[in-house]
Amino acid sequence: MSASLQKGINALKEVIDAPVASFFASCVHCGLCAEACLFYTETGDPKYTPIHKLEPLKRVYQQEYTLLGRLAKMTGLAKPVTDDELEAWSELVYDSCTMCGRCSMVCPVGNDLTYMIRKLREGMAVSGHAPEGIVNATKRTVELGGPMGLKWPAVQNVIKHVEADSGHKVPVDQAGAEYMVLLSSMEIVNYPEYIGALARIFNKAGITWTLSSEAFEATNAGIQIGNSDLAREIVSRIVNAAEKLGVKKVLSPECGHAYMAIRWEGPNLVGRPFKFEVVHVLELLDELRAKGVLKMKDKLKTPVTLHDPCQIVRRGGVLNAPEALLKEVVVEFRPMTDHGKMNWCCGGGGGASAIHEPAAEELRFTAFKRKKAQIEETGVNTMVTFCANCRITLEESIDHFEMNTQLLGLTELLAEHLED
Amino acid sequence: MNEMELLTWARGPGLNIAIGLFILGMLWRLVEIYTLGRKKDLAPARNAPGASGWHTVVRRSMPPHGMLKRSPISYIGGYIFHIGLFIVVFLFAPHIKLVDSLLGLSWPGLPSQVIDAVTVVTLATMLLVLFDRINNPVKRYLSTVGDYAAWMLTFLPLLTGFLAVKHLLLPYTTMLALHILSVELLLVALPFTKLIHVFTLFASRWYNGDISGKRGVPV
Ligand code: SF4
Ligand code: SF4
Repeated sequence: MSASLQKGINALKEVIDAPVASFFASCVHCGLCAEACLFYTETGDPKYTPIHKLEPLKRVYQQEYTLLGRLAKMTGLAKPVTDDELEAWSELVYDSCTMCGRCSMVCPVGNDLTYMIRKLREGMAVSGHAPEGIVNATKRTVELGGPMGLKWPAVQNVIKHVEADSGHKVPVDQAGAEYMVLLSSMEIVNYPEYIGALARIFNKAGITWTLSSEAFEATNAGIQIGNSDLAREIVSRIVNAAEKLGVKKVLSPECGHAYMAIRWEGPNLVGRPFKFEVVHVLELLDELRAKGVLKMKDKLKTPVTLHDPCQIVRRGGVLNAPEALLKEVVVEFRPMTDHGKMNWCCGGGGGASAIHEPAAEELRFTAFKRKKAQIEETGVNTMVTFCANCRITLEESIDHFEMNTQLLGLTELLAEHLED
Repeated sequence: MNEMELLTWARGPGLNIAIGLFILGMLWRLVEIYTLGRKKDLAPARNAPGASGWHTVVRRSMPPHGMLKRSPISYIGGYIFHIGLFIVVFLFAPHIKLVDSLLGLSWPGLPSQVIDAVTVVTLATMLLVLFDRINNPVKRYLSTVGDYAAWMLTFLPLLTGFLAVKHLLLPYTTMLALHILSVELLLVALPFTKLIHVFTLFASRWYNGDISGKRGVPV
C-alpha cells in the first residue's frame, strides 16, 4: 500500500463516528437519495446515487469497525480500498457532488449523506485524489491568502475605487469596531459594488465596522477539498485577526461555503468557541429591516424569482431572511416550486466550480438543467441570488444555454433601492 | 426426526437459541455502532421551531415535499408492506398468545379474516417491491446479495405463516415448523443485515435532525 493511500485510510478511520456507523447500518438501498440529487435526476445514471458515492468510506467502516468486516478482512475475503478505486471515485465525490445537502433531506431512514461526503473528502484529499482545480485553489488560499491569489494591495486598490464611487469611507484595521467584515475574492473582483453597498448600509444604521488587512478573505477552499488541517489554517487567520481587533461580530459575506466554514465548521476546526459572533450579511440586513432601518426608496418593477444557495439556506440555516428581504425590494416575487430548504443546487457548489476538466464542466451544465427547468417554470427573466459562487456558476450555465435570464445579487439589489 | 419432533424442537430449544443469538447479536451491533461516539459540536447552536433530532425521528416518516411523485412505488409500497408486517406480526391472536406465554404481556388482536386479507396484500406488495428492486435502475444498481437475502428472510415467515394457517401445500405441522424456523432464521440474521434498520433508523434520524437542528434547519 502506498504511503499516501495509508494516510488516506487513516484519515477515514479517524472521521468515522457513531452517526456514520448508524447511517451505514440503517441504509436499506431504497435509492430515494438519488431522486433528490441533481446529478442523478439530470443524467439518469445510477452511479450518481449519493449512497454509492460513499462506497469507499463504507468499506473502510466495515473492515475496520465491524466484527463481520474485520473477519472478512482477516481471511482475505474483503475487498480492500485501493488507490485506483479512490482515483475513480474522485469524479463521484467532487465533480458530481456539490455537498448541497438535498439527499440528506429525503433519506427515509434519516441518513445525513452530506455529512459523510464531507468526511470521505478528508481521506480523498490527503491521499491525493482531489481534483487539480480544487487543489490549486486551496494552495493559493493557504499561500497567497485567497483562492484567486488576490493580495491585500489589490484589495486596497478596489477599496479606493469603491470609496470614490460610493462616497463612503471603508474603514480598515479599526480596533473595537462592532463588525469585522469578510469578503470573498470573487466578490472583490467581480462585484466590488458589494463593498460600497455595505458601507452605505452600515453608515445609515450607525454601526461601526472594519475590514482587516490580515484577514479579508472568507472563502475556505480547505473545507471544499475536505482537508481539515488546511481549513483550520485558513479559519485561524480570521479568528486571530478578529480577536486581535476585539470586534464583537464577524460578518460573513453572501458566499455560501465561506459562511459554512466560519460559522459552523470554524469553532470545530480550531477546537474552541470563538470570542465573537459570526453573522451572515443577510441576517444582519434582516435584523435592520425588522428594526425599520432598512427602508427602500422604490421597488424593482420586473417580476423575479430567487435561487437559494444551499450552504446558506439548507446547510446554513439562514432560512427566512432572504425571502423577507427580497419582498421588501421587488413588486412581484415568484418562488420556485422547490425553494428554501428544498431548493436545487446551481451545480457548482462544494468546490465543483473550481474543476475545469471538460468532462466536469459538461456534467455541471447537464446538472444545471434542473435549475433551468425551475427558472422556466416560474416564467420570469430575472433571478436573484446571494452567493458569489452560485452566481458565477449560474452565469456560465445561463450563457451556455443561451437563456434570457438576468441575475442579480440580493445585497446589491437592496443597496440600489435603499432610501438615501 | 419427524415433523412433530421438528415442530417441538423449533418451538422449544430452537426458539430459545434464536432469541438468545438475536439478543447477543443486537447488543454486539449496537455497542459496535454507538460506542464510536462523536465529537461535541463547538459552534453555537441556532434555535428554530421544529428543528431537532426528535422532530426528525417523527417527520421523516412522511415523504418530503415532491418525493412521493418521484418515487410512488417506494413510498406507497413501503408504507403498505411495513404497516402490513406490523399488523400481522403484532395483531394476530396466536402471536399475542406466544408473547403472553413468554413475557406475560397481552393486548387485543384482529379477527383472523382481517389478518388473512392483510397478509395477502402484504405478500403481493412485497412481490411488487421486489419487482421494483429489479426493475428500477437505481435500486438494481445498489442491490447486493444482502438485499435479496433480506427480502427473502422477511418474505418466508409471512408466506409460511399464511400457508400454515390456510392448511395449504404441506401438512399443518410441517408448515408451522417451517414458519417458526424461518422466523428464527430472520431473528438470527437481523442484526447483521440491513434489517437492523428497524432499530438503528431511529438513531440515524435523530442524528440527522440534531446536526441540522443545531443550524436551525428542520429536516
Ligand atoms: S435514501 Fe437512505 S436508505 Fe435509501 S439508499 Fe439512500 S442512503 Fe440508503
Ligand atoms: S449533497 Fe447534493 S450533490 Fe451531493 S450527493 Fe447529495 S444531493 Fe447529490
